[in-house]
Amino acid sequence: MEKFIFAFVIGGLICVVGQLIMDILKVTPAHTTCTLVVIGAILGGLGLYDPLVKLAGAGAFVPISSFGNALVSGALIDAEKTGFIGIFTGIFKNVSAGVSAAIAFGFIGAIIFKPKG
Amino acid sequence: MLMGHQSWIFNSKPTILGSAAVGGPFEGNGALADDFDIIHEDLWIGQDSFEKAEKILLEHACERAIKKSDIKKEDINFFISGDLMNQITSSSFTARTLGIPFLGIFGACSSSMEGLALAAQLIESKSAKYVMASASSHNATAEKQYRYPTEYGGQKPPTAQWTVTGAGAAVLGVEGFGPKITSATMGRVIDMGISDPYNMGAAMAPAAVDTIEAHFRDLNIDASYYDLIATGDLGKVGHELAISLLKDHGIEMPSKIFTDCGLLIYKKDQPVFSGGSGCGCSATVTYGHLLNRMRRGELKRILIVATGALLSPISYQQKESIPCIAHAVSIEM
Repeated sequence: MEKFIFAFVIGGLICVVGQLIMDILKVTPAHTTCTLVVIGAILGGLGLYDPLVKLAGAGAFVPISSFGNALVSGALIDAEKTGFIGIFTGIFKNVSAGVSAAIAFGFIGAIIFKPKG
Repeated sequence: MLMGHQSWIFNSKPTILGSAAVGGPFEGNGALADDFDIIHEDLWIGQDSFEKAEKILLEHACERAIKKSDIKKEDINFFISGDLMNQITSSSFTARTLGIPFLGIFGACSSSMEGLALAAQLIESKSAKYVMASASSHNATAEKQYRYPTEYGGQKPPTAQWTVTGAGAAVLGVEGFGPKITSATMGRVIDMGISDPYNMGAAMAPAAVDTIEAHFRDLNIDASYYDLIATGDLGKVGHELAISLLKDHGIEMPSKIFTDCGLLIYKKDQPVFSGGSGCGCSATVTYGHLLNRMRRGELKRILIVATGALLSPISYQQKESIPCIAHAVSIEM
């Protein structure tokens, strides 16, 4: 039960940060998303994001900031194994499924619905 | 004839022989649905792009206005039109269909009254016997051009406005029965430094006030001369700002006669944020609703102050502020 509450609160807080970035800084939704990814990457690099996921589960795992964390953690794991070049081989390892699925389903959606708005 | 610094008096009283308003589905569910000549249930109007749909709106408004004015298309000397598209393609493509000598104008949403004033001036100076003025906008084409792709679904703050899907047209002649254009005041470009394209009402309000002030000064009249003074598309936010600015400038403006086309066109329960906007807003409300009220004898003298935000997607991306303009046209029955 405790985990559900943390998921709700932490997930909600991450979204509040996104909404505040958009409303106060008057930036585009794309800038807001990128900012959250970068924040997640920095927290991941400092080793602070994984404890947050442990605490809040999907509350920290589902928001886009988790994507930044996944990029950095993949890069760090491969960098430890193979050194500098590992940053490049590892960065997309964790997120490969998500990125590939976005491309594949985007493609299928575009074929069926003809996006032209 | 020039009157004061920036106003024209039309002694020949160019007459609106016929006018028409065409709207989309959202306008069909709005407060002025009965005043539209044609309402399209579909935002696409059977076309494969929104831009083509906007052109159809404008073509229909022009055809209907010509029909109602009881003259032949071939008799019209000039066609003056403006819209919000890049290179005003809705207007020029409609001019291609009509085959009438064409003057394309861009004053953003002020194009409606800029066109009407110029049309009256052509008649006044005996440069034309019949002139048609029109303006159009389409919610989805404006969204695409100025904001985000329509399928993107970006958030909007409550100060944002809803671009009207609609087109209005009026045919002016030297003489005849109908509402007459008696004067016009051309506005200056005013920029108070607002750079938020989701708060155009606030950006445009100072321009509207400047033009109203100039109109009263040049013609030596005050607000009591008119039965109704309507700004183009200030919406709730801009309208309230205009009221307080007028007060600051010492201009008496009775709240009973002062309104805004962007507040008139939709019902209160429609999700249009601060109100309607776009060339089609002042064009359809004026050429449909307000002229109908004049013809029914409910209004004798009205002043339309069409407001325009002269930004482009590039100027906005380069973080420029939004220069604004307003043109006023006086119509009397």
